[in-house]
Amino acid sequence: MNVVVCVKQIPDPAVPGELNSDHTLKREGKLILDESDSYGVEMALQLVDKAGGGEVTLISMAPNGEVSGLRTALAMGAAKAILVSDDALAGADSLTTAKVLAKCVERAEGTDLVLTATESTDGYTGTIPAQMAELLGWPSLTFAKEVHLEGGTAKIQRQTEAGYDVVEASLPAVVSVTAGVVEPRYPSFKGIMAAKSKPVDQVTTADLGLSAEAIAPNQTIVNVAAAPPREAGEKIEDDGTAFEKVVEFLDGLKVI
Amino acid sequence: MKIWVYAESEGDAPTTATLELVTKARELGTVEAIYVGDNAAAVAPALGAHGVAKVFAVDAGGSLAGVMGAAAMAGLVEAEAPDLILFAQSYDGRDALARLSVKLDRTVLTNGVGLSVEGDSITVRSAIFGGNTLVDTKFEGAKPALAAIRPKSFVAEAGGEAAAEVVNVDTPDAGRAAEAKVLETHVEEREGPKLEEATIVVSGGRGIGAAENYEPLVEELAKLIGGASGASRAIVDAGWVPYSKQVGQTGKTVKPKVYVALGISGATQHMVGMKGSDNIIAINKDGEAPIFSVADLGIVGDVHKVVPKLIEALKARK
Repeated sequence: MNVVVCVKQIPDPAVPGELNSDHTLKREGKLILDESDSYGVEMALQLVDKAGGGEVTLISMAPNGEVSGLRTALAMGAAKAILVSDDALAGADSLTTAKVLAKCVERAEGTDLVLTATESTDGYTGTIPAQMAELLGWPSLTFAKEVHLEGGTAKIQRQTEAGYDVVEASLPAVVSVTAGVVEPRYPSFKGIMAAKSKPVDQVTTADLGLSAEAIAPNQTIVNVAAAPPREAGEKIEDDGTAFEKVVEFLDGLKVI
Repeated sequence: MKIWVYAESEGDAPTTATLELVTKARELGTVEAIYVGDNAAAVAPALGAHGVAKVFAVDAGGSLAGVMGAAAMAGLVEAEAPDLILFAQSYDGRDALARLSVKLDRTVLTNGVGLSVEGDSITVRSAIFGGNTLVDTKFEGAKPALAAIRPKSFVAEAGGEAAAEVVNVDTPDAGRAAEAKVLETHVEEREGPKLEEATIVVSGGRGIGAAENYEPLVEELAKLIGGASGASRAIVDAGWVPYSKQVGQTGKTVKPKVYVALGISGATQHMVGMKGSDNIIAINKDGEAPIFSVADLGIVGDVHKVVPKLIEALKARK
């Protein structure tokens, strides 16, 4: 069982984001593993373990040969990584990103399953898993909150607006997992030490056989503006009677 | 301008998000819908009443709806020549949009909260950094443009002329993608109103302390005031409550008359999903929490002390 996991290295979401003058997201600071991707990494490790063989390969696209987030996932137990770092990809849209990642899956060879988050925390387009599947010609099982493999088949519980559906497809396939699907492990000290020497195959779009035309964006940001601010209202310290204020407020709105 | 809407339903009724898109599209041009399901005849009248002239009905043959919808649209685009295809930022909507973008080799704009058309040019507005910055992005290149819009971005209003004409489309060949088959459908039991449509929403965050406090604090208060219960991403990720309760960027967008945030600090991820509420009440121990910057009434206090008293007081009024 060979599993490829897409991991994104993002600016710390706890730090307020900023845009560059060309409207791309500032990514100068240290990048970290997107927490949404830690679930996919954990799921992959568990599935490979259960299958009794195979390995977990990470694929990522990031500027400046950034590996700090990859090292975190390698420390959790992934075997190796492919990193695409190419200035031509600055400001890449989701379709371009999917093209790059699908090429990485082909480069990894012998992949049975690709795991992704449902969306990244910073860009959150939410289309890349199914775009990759379409590019690879594979089925996609999206928004999984439970994943089971049996023989050459993946069966998931797929989140829906009303509850969930049980959906099945044969492998190879792309499965996107929701946060909370498993409990991600913390890297051990031994894992962190081992991660330092695990192979990271750093490539460019040319190495992947992608032409400049294939990765050209088809959209232009025409305007960026501050949203009209929402005024804060009254703020009070609870002295034991603040609940009365809430009752009064609800009463005033005629909802109670 | 010819606009297609990828229509979704709940039972025999179009989803609210679908009707929101149709209403907006009607302002901008002629509207047609793509619908995947075997009950198109039942869904079509409501679509027509909101302005859809024609519904292309696709039988998924047991495969995932979005996957088959994308394959059907790819087959129709050349002959029908839509200028813009709109999707709700939903589960099936994203599947359909993603697959179609590859089939047509077109970029996508997602998480839209606004849409404008000037002559031939289509611009989608999205909100970033928790909704404090608005970005307008224009499509370049060949039509159709593909966009996903967050629910609640527009208001659904009837106003169409006649019933929509239903045109059946043969089940398309989606290749191996069609191998993803739906075996069972489960509907989660829900008490009270639907989260996205409730007039009042009470949400809990990390500040409620533990999973077992969700019921007596959040659900109890929600029930008392006829609201729906929601949650921040932190406690969904921690497994305290199901994903279907999540309000925020990755979860649901709500715009209730009153939003009550209990023990929620107000990460940008959460704010983007609830900032549009008419009135916001926040109760949090940390007076510096960002949630207070958007709260109409902010209580700096312990939810474990304030909420039980609030519940008592509300019960006493009944």
